[in-house]
Amino acid sequence: MKGRVLVVDDDIALAEMLGIVLRGEGFEPSFVYDGDKAMEVFREFRPDLVLLDLMLPGMDGIDVCRQIRAESGVPIVMLTAKSDTVDVVLGLESGADDYIVKPFQSKVLIARVRARLRRTDDPAPETLTIGDVTIDVAGHSVHRAGEPLNLTPLEFDLLVALARKPRQVFTREVLLEQVWGYRHAADTRLVNVHVQRLRAKIERDPERPEIVVTVRGVGYKAGPG
Amino acid sequence: MREAASVRASPRGRLARLRAAAFPAIAFRSGAARGPADSPPSSGAPESSAGSQPGSGRPGSPPDRPRPGSWWRIASRWHLALPRLPRLLPLRRGWRRRLRLLSDRWSRSLQLRVVTATLVLSAVVVSVLGYVLMQHLVTELYDVKVQSSVNIADAGLASASGIAAFNEERNSSTRQAMHDLAKQLASTGVTPYALEVTLPAADQGPPVYSAGWAVGFYRSPPALPQALVRKLLTESAAHRSPWQVWTSMAVASGPTPVPGLLIGASFGYDDLYQLYYFFPLAAEQHSIASMQRTLLLVGVAVVFLLVAIVWLVTRWVVIPVRLAAQGARRLSTGQLNERMEVRGTDELAALATSFNEMAASLQEKLQELEDLSQVQRQFVSDVSHELRTPLTTIRIASDVLFAARQEMDAAAGRSAELMQSQLERFESLLTDLLEISRYDANAATLDAEAVDVCAIVRQSADVAQQLAERRGTKIEFRLPAEPCIAEVDRRRVERILRNLLLNAVEHGENRDTVVTAAMDSAAVAVSVRDFGVGLAPGEEQLVFDRFWRADPARARTSGGTGLGLSIALEDARLHGGWLEAWGEPGRGSVFRLTLPRTAHGELPGSPLPLNPYAAGLDTAELPGLADLTLTAAADDTSRSGAHPHAVARGDDAGGPVEPATSAGPGGPRAADGAAADAAGSEVAARG
Repeated sequence: MKGRVLVVDDDIALAEMLGIVLRGEGFEPSFVYDGDKAMEVFREFRPDLVLLDLMLPGMDGIDVCRQIRAESGVPIVMLTAKSDTVDVVLGLESGADDYIVKPFQSKVLIARVRARLRRTDDPAPETLTIGDVTIDVAGHSVHRAGEPLNLTPLEFDLLVALARKPRQVFTREVLLEQVWGYRHAADTRLVNVHVQRLRAKIERDPERPEIVVTVRGVGYKAGPG
Repeated sequence: MREAASVRASPRGRLARLRAAAFPAIAFRSGAARGPADSPPSSGAPESSAGSQPGSGRPGSPPDRPRPGSWWRIASRWHLALPRLPRLLPLRRGWRRRLRLLSDRWSRSLQLRVVTATLVLSAVVVSVLGYVLMQHLVTELYDVKVQSSVNIADAGLASASGIAAFNEERNSSTRQAMHDLAKQLASTGVTPYALEVTLPAADQGPPVYSAGWAVGFYRSPPALPQALVRKLLTESAAHRSPWQVWTSMAVASGPTPVPGLLIGASFGYDDLYQLYYFFPLAAEQHSIASMQRTLLLVGVAVVFLLVAIVWLVTRWVVIPVRLAAQGARRLSTGQLNERMEVRGTDELAALATSFNEMAASLQEKLQELEDLSQVQRQFVSDVSHELRTPLTTIRIASDVLFAARQEMDAAAGRSAELMQSQLERFESLLTDLLEISRYDANAATLDAEAVDVCAIVRQSADVAQQLAERRGTKIEFRLPAEPCIAEVDRRRVERILRNLLLNAVEHGENRDTVVTAAMDSAAVAVSVRDFGVGLAPGEEQLVFDRFWRADPARARTSGGTGLGLSIALEDARLHGGWLEAWGEPGRGSVFRLTLPRTAHGELPGSPLPLNPYAAGLDTAELPGLADLTLTAAADDTSRSGAHPHAVARGDDAGGPVEPATSAGPGGPRAADGAAADAAGSEVAARG
């Protein structure tokens, strides 16, 4: 099982504690304490998942997040001490897949990490189509009118979840459970932000979406009408 | 000759005409004779107020001549002469509204008040001054006229007395002499009238004119005031100076009688002859009228000039004041850069300077406060981060220890447990404190989106549901079938409802909790009802206080931080919504959340009642309450006047009360009689 986790956090005690827990769960952690060195270690270590503190000395966590996202679709889970909307949304918009607000329980951390790594199980060959977007589930690729689209694993999961049941309306809570693996109601901003990111990639006009459509007051669905 | 003959021929008819010509016999005595310019005289107006001029040395009181003794009349004439003020506004239609507008304007505009006061006061002053001036001028004018007239009359009388024909008994030459005399005395503007007149026998009836000659009258012989003629006949012998009377007579210029001074005296043999002079005052009247006009014009001009000057001057003062008021208003709406123009060094400049200083200091203070708030916000943020990171480490460490507690000895294991549970408490306290301080620093922002509030109600009930399950109670949802879409901050609404539900279950005394939601066009409301101990009067506000406890001696069971409701209230306020509590001892409590359906919308009211009893809800429909209210009522009547106190039900005896059915909202739910009886027997009223 892939289990290389890069912990980017300036707090040495916390990093060490996270290391203990991750090792206990069979992951292989590596640590960076400085934002400036994060990319270097990231390229070297090639982690399967990044735990990223938002407040870092040197380069800001947000910038680290953007740089990682520019190079790779690897799952990023933010660790943040701020639960304010602005900070969370900024983190999510810069490319993080999920976030955990400090202080958190170790089992929550492990659950999130596992949820983000889970989708590596090999799916059966399957092809889905919404509008002019074609999804090869097994091949993990998405095309629009023959053009390949570059989606992160999370965006891909989100799109697949919606596309498997076209025209069915998914509430944000259901999506949180199916895509993010949350059992209980959690922050629906995760869904909002990632739907926006997904639309920016797959829609012809993200202002007037045709593939992932908002159902006011309820949630989202795939396909028009 | 012809005229004289006619006089002699019909003296009575002449006199009758005299009377008809509105020169009543005693007009000169009463002073009530009308002036020629006034309305046509009434023939039958004999004067009776003989004493209107008591002690007056003069026999007559001139009707047209203003004299100190007849102020009121002059005043009344002047009053008529004053220009009438034009009506300021046509008040016929909507006059009430206009009046209100005017009074509003009056009370709001200093300038209007000052200008109006100036108008009124200057008009009064100018009127009084003008009146006095006019009075003086008129008196002077008439005095001069009278003097010159008397002189002429005296001279005429002297020359008449010197004519021999009059000093002997009447003879044939007398008539010619009268003719000559009249002709001789006539000059420009002077109208002599010499005549011979006798009293009738035994002094009865009008005087008898035997002959006369007049020059310069419209009609000859002219009509004379009979009383004057009689007076001269009877009294003139005593003193030989001429009598005078103010009257109107038609002179050569036309048939209309003109006012003037009639002077008459007797002379000659046995005072048989009389000489009259009539001095028309047309010229004087004309000049007086012209003076009046001029004075009026000047007066009006002075008043309006004064008003204009005052208007300008007040404008001068009022405009900077208005500007200052405007500036202050703008300042109060947050336009802190508002400043006044400073011109010169006078008081208004001082006002502007002070205003500007005030604005500057206000701006500075506000800036300081803003900075402080910024610092506070930053501090909260920093504390948040600085505290949370080590707390995370502790938390995870505690998790690790907790997981391994089985391998430790008893004391260490228990310590790990305690640490775990207290860390949770510490965490929630820290979270709540940070949330509160975020509100205190005004750093909370609303992240509103259109969501189904009813769905949030169900989602936020999970924790409370677990607690309720542990206690063996239920949470009953009475939600509308259609989604309650409103623009709210989902996270905050969830937090509010989670707090309310936990609170209700915790204080529900093991009775069920009812959650009701409703919606109208403007608002969506959720009320959470419990049937626990309720709230004492006054506690409806206290429950929202930070760290407030209904009963300090009572231990917290679910480990709330004491900040939950305070935060919930702040969350509701951030939405522009309401969070209110209702409670009565023994009847439980209601917490009602009302939120506008659009972000920052107005709340006209709540779709749900706060007090379930005031709204006339049948208590029987509420699960487990039928018996409760029954006993509460019994309790109430048995101890008349005593407040129904909390009626507790022993857990061991009955356990939680189950609702008979799960009928929808409003569905009738009759209490099972047996259950009610059983419940009644189980109830123990607390004293």
